[in-house]
Amino acid sequence: MIVARTGNEAMAEAMRQVNPDVVAAYPITPATEIVQIFSSFVHDGLVDTKFVAVESEHSAMSACIGAAAAGARVMTGTASQGLALMHEMLFIAAALRLPIVLCVVNRSLSAPINIHCDHSDTLASRDSGWIQIYTENSQEAYDSVIQAVKISERALLPVMVTIDGFIISHGMERIDILDDREVREYLGEPPKRPNLLDIDKPITMGPLDLQDYFFEHKRSEIEGMNTSLPHIEAVAREYKERFGRYYPVIDTYRIDDAEVAVMAMGSAAGTAKVVVDRMREKGKKVGLIRMRVVRPFPKNYLKELIQGFAAVGIMDRSDTLSTLGGHLYVETRAVLYRASHQPPIKNYIYGLGGRDISLEEIEEIFEEVLEIGKSGKVTEPVVYKGVRE
Amino acid sequence: MPSLKELIKKQDLLSGGHRACAGCGATIIVRQVLLAAQYPVVVGASTGCLEVVTTIFPYTAWKVPFIHSAFENVAATIAGVETGYRALKEKGKIKEEIRFIAFGGDGGTYDIGLQALSGAIERGHRMLYICYNNQAYMNTGIQRSSATPYCAHTTTSPAGKVIPGKPQFRKDLTEIVIAHDIPYAAQASLAYWNDLTKKVQKALEVDGPSFINVLSVCPLGWGVPSDMTVEIARLAVETCFWPLYEYENGKYIINRKPREKKPIEEFLKKQNRFRHIFRHPDRDKIIARIQKEIDRRWERLLKRAG
Repeated sequence: MIVARTGNEAMAEAMRQVNPDVVAAYPITPATEIVQIFSSFVHDGLVDTKFVAVESEHSAMSACIGAAAAGARVMTGTASQGLALMHEMLFIAAALRLPIVLCVVNRSLSAPINIHCDHSDTLASRDSGWIQIYTENSQEAYDSVIQAVKISERALLPVMVTIDGFIISHGMERIDILDDREVREYLGEPPKRPNLLDIDKPITMGPLDLQDYFFEHKRSEIEGMNTSLPHIEAVAREYKERFGRYYPVIDTYRIDDAEVAVMAMGSAAGTAKVVVDRMREKGKKVGLIRMRVVRPFPKNYLKELIQGFAAVGIMDRSDTLSTLGGHLYVETRAVLYRASHQPPIKNYIYGLGGRDISLEEIEEIFEEVLEIGKSGKVTEPVVYKGVRE
Repeated sequence: MPSLKELIKKQDLLSGGHRACAGCGATIIVRQVLLAAQYPVVVGASTGCLEVVTTIFPYTAWKVPFIHSAFENVAATIAGVETGYRALKEKGKIKEEIRFIAFGGDGGTYDIGLQALSGAIERGHRMLYICYNNQAYMNTGIQRSSATPYCAHTTTSPAGKVIPGKPQFRKDLTEIVIAHDIPYAAQASLAYWNDLTKKVQKALEVDGPSFINVLSVCPLGWGVPSDMTVEIARLAVETCFWPLYEYENGKYIINRKPREKKPIEEFLKKQNRFRHIFRHPDRDKIIARIQKEIDRRWERLLKRAG
């Protein structure tokens, strides 16, 4: 069914169709509308979900952990500061191998307090053991939330799905939604896991784990992440077979004969696709790489993919504040270290705090990357696009 | 109310062999609570001594389902478990009647966990929260908490040359919990097993949140011999340092009114955490100040109980 939905509404709609057992959430500033839309579904009797309006994001994730440990199917949503407040509990959710789905609206982390889009919030959580899926638009966000439930239950890892704050979260788009029945048939009952409510088989979750066992447990969690990519891909294939829409781990656009490429995440990739078309019309061989799954980092695919280009420009809507540049740039450099051909790469940090990036600016990036492709030289490896300096 | 003879025939749900210190009050409390429980229970614990000594992997002392996630959030975690239970029960996926008990130390309850506790009570989860209150952060090396009594020596409120221990009086957490209009709240002591048993059974019948603040004794942190735990805990009640009372359906009931309130000095002098007071030039003034505050709080409680 074709409908007009904002990104927030699209994610909330997916949550309604999933009909989870428990949602626990808190509206920190900047709050996400996803949960407030969902709570109206609860109060109008459209879902069976028990909604827990907790008193902080820390408690939101804590309650999600408790509910998931009880064997329930659990979802929540947050943004920015709320995700930062959850930080401690993100690691615990992942290490307890609990399938929890978190809808995140990407917004800048304070200070200064801002509320608009960048990727600093989820990228600050990148080492917490959660699978991370960055979506480009509302349609993908909707589909990815449904997929995330399946992925989390198979990989036994929590999954966060993100949309760009305001640009996608508040922008109205045309999306195709599935029938409730189709979604519920696809997801089925969650697979049975050891849980706290099995009172005849009492288990102890979250014990003290010292030098003699901690390492093995952490190693097994790492292995869980290392082997999660096939689950993500299998779910993407099944979803395509059932519903026709396909989302690869790394999305590409017109790269087959491209000389150079630009990498991006989130909504800016959509804008960049328009630029690619424009430049192609002028005969310029450029293409786009969109990182959709960032945890696990699809290192082998990326290495294969970018070795063939004369140069790659990497757009980051975040900075690591480490002197190294943006997150995607730093990780791509790490991947390239073992590549037989290492194309020159340049980092363009853009859009912090919701600063718009224009078609013209992205075109400038492509032009510069084409130049780098010809000369093979990068003079300034990390630059800030669209900032007054 | 079961008799002691009946209770000891029940299975101990916290096994022996855990790593608590000799004389630890916390594990005495947990065993009593689990013996009292008239339903199957799922237990949550905050980070702290109790979690540490009972769950060192690959061992667990818990014969009931148990979860620990972090320090400040046992109320939120158990609220999540309870919510999951309600959701699954409504869908017919769970048949049993189960109750949910959270154990937090005073640090995890009075201080860092206060917000999560307040939220869980306000939302009305059917859970029993038990604070095993040993009046300081014992697990991390005896640091002061807001439950630490006035003048007590801890590693962050040391008995110094200028400041003799903790400068502030204790926070009255039980009253803060009562201010939520909670259906059932109580103070109890490990020295009065029958009183504690009765309170746990009452609390588990409440269709909503309940809270019991149990004074625990930490021989190491309080500086008392490990065979004195019960005696010290009893003295706390007999001096009105720790009154036993209940708040039920809006009414206060004092469970034990000492015929003759013992002077606080008797309680203080048995513990090394107060030893410096007795060597202090202002010894009498300090003890009088402590006595005055205990009297004030006791009188206030008497008034509330009508």
